Amino acid sequence: MIRLKNLVAKYTTVRGQVAAVDGVHLEVPDGIILGVAGESGCGKTTLMKVIYGDIGFPLSLASGSVEYGFCTERGEPVTTTNIRDYWFKRISYIPQSSMSALNPVIRINRQFVDFRRNSKREADILDRVRQYVQELGLPAEAIDAYPHQLSGGMRQRIMVAMATFFHPDIILADEPTTALDVVVQKGILLLLMNLQEKMKNTIFLVSHDMGVHYQITHRMLIMYAAKAVEYGDTNAVFERPLHPYTRLLIESLPTIGDTQTRQGVAGRPPSLWSDLRGCRFADRCPFAREICRMEEPQLREYCAGHMAACHFVDRFM
Amino acid sequence: MRTVLKTEKLHKVYTLGSLFRRIKINALDDVNLEVVSDQPVIVSLVGESGSGKTTLAKVVLRLVEPSAGSAMVCDHLVAGKGTKPTKREFLTTVQPIFQNPFEAFSSYRTVDSYLERTAIYVNQLSRREAIDAISQALASVGLKYADVKGKYPNQFSGGELQRVSVARALLPHPKIIIADEPVSMIDASLRMNVINLFLALKRDFGTSFLYITHDLATAYYISDYIAVMYRGCIVEFGQARAVLSEPQHPYTKLLLDSIPSTRWKWERKIAESDIETKEYRFTGCKFHNRCPLAQDICRQKRPQVVRLSDGRDVYCHLVQ
Repeated sequence: MIRLKNLVAKYTTVRGQVAAVDGVHLEVPDGIILGVAGESGCGKTTLMKVIYGDIGFPLSLASGSVEYGFCTERGEPVTTTNIRDYWFKRISYIPQSSMSALNPVIRINRQFVDFRRNSKREADILDRVRQYVQELGLPAEAIDAYPHQLSGGMRQRIMVAMATFFHPDIILADEPTTALDVVVQKGILLLLMNLQEKMKNTIFLVSHDMGVHYQITHRMLIMYAAKAVEYGDTNAVFERPLHPYTRLLIESLPTIGDTQTRQGVAGRPPSLWSDLRGCRFADRCPFAREICRMEEPQLREYCAGHMAACHFVDRFM
Repeated sequence: MRTVLKTEKLHKVYTLGSLFRRIKINALDDVNLEVVSDQPVIVSLVGESGSGKTTLAKVVLRLVEPSAGSAMVCDHLVAGKGTKPTKREFLTTVQPIFQNPFEAFSSYRTVDSYLERTAIYVNQLSRREAIDAISQALASVGLKYADVKGKYPNQFSGGELQRVSVARALLPHPKIIIADEPVSMIDASLRMNVINLFLALKRDFGTSFLYITHDLATAYYISDYIAVMYRGCIVEFGQARAVLSEPQHPYTKLLLDSIPSTRWKWERKIAESDIETKEYRFTGCKFHNRCPLAQDICRQKRPQVVRLSDGRDVYCHLVQ
């Protein structure tokens, strides 16, 4: 179980501090793929950075902590302060742009060896890497190439190989397929699904594509303007979304075979700098009433494991 | 009847590598398209990256000179041999919208200065008339001139800025707008607002669109015609709803199967792609190495166009 305890993460800027993640409090069961959705600027990537423990100026963790559910050798629980010691061993990261994540001027095998620079058995490791990338559907020669010689999909597979090589307990994938085509995207996502089933670890998958979430995630977290607004099983979220934002997000998608007129969500999210009172979605919400502008709704559990932050959830129950 | 878009034997070859080790890439390989209509139409061009869809858009926008063949847009010849329209004629017929509005507008210039330049130089309006025309164009995309005036790109959201670039493209009252991936940088919740705007412009102003995208769902939603491209070739072209509801070419089927739909879950199998540069040079069907139905003829011979009863073109040996 991974526990996110009341996380508040702030960026320091010349205008002062702004909270990009504001009071996210969740429990994530082990061995699932958790999808994180929301529009740009809602704090998805910041949440990933906090979980990864990559907290440095201008980002700071104002309050809260993450419990990862495993302990150090001395038996102390691992939290945000010491998670760095476990990077790529127990927690790893698949970045969005594989082109900028791989070093363009050295061969991929050197970048693999970099993980374990102190190890003397380099050839041995390379053999294992070669075997492993083949398991992931890449030609073995791919690791002798420079990044620019591979296609986008192959590079992203290399990133997946690096992130999963040590069978980590937690993998954070921040929009791993956004820059890829649908056919390649499907390949990468199926690969992640298969690896997750084999290794039984937890994957946090950030994506703004609701279709991707429906296809591969088990549970979903919807974020809006730095807040968690809905959290539940993916099937339940798609079948019966409890928060109006989730509902509008799902309904706005066109599908093939359906010629019905679709409307986007009108308006734009509030500036995190402004005086945020009440529900942050109230200005765009077709159902907003007086109480929504005055009082902030809390994230509450409405059915087993399905939580939402809205004053009028009953309307959708 | 007007020719909205017509290409004949359009080729474009890019050469990569050094003088001695050249690799030729056929970004466009014998592209023949024809859309004739009295009504304004939305033509979608779909395919994965490297399929040549942006190159085709660039040829149509006269940004790239094709290696061979000709292209016509709204009865004007834009590439190939013959008399071409003057620059002003061209710009009042064809206007572009680009993928990333934050890159399309310089962050050091106010957004309205772009609108003003277009109005003054392309429409040849005086400064005062220009402001009226700009207000009108902005109103038709749902923005107010007062909200745009004097602002820099970073003061807008992606969706708003894309609307401004649509407004700019509308100023010369073009007959067709070439929109290259206009919504891929915009958040899902705002995407449909821009897509619906295209439909409204088609209805109210009679503007046609060439909508280039890799998102088949939005293509299905707005387009009248659709052309599916793969490695520089058209593989299937016809009425959008017919093509996407009953795809005939195996590549169109593969694309449709790969969409992360919210209606049904994926089957867990996938056809892997080969090295791209190799695929551009195939003499047979370019899809044969990934095609589940490939036969000997597919490896040897480029498929000829097959016209089906519903008027669609399919480039496949196995379609009768």
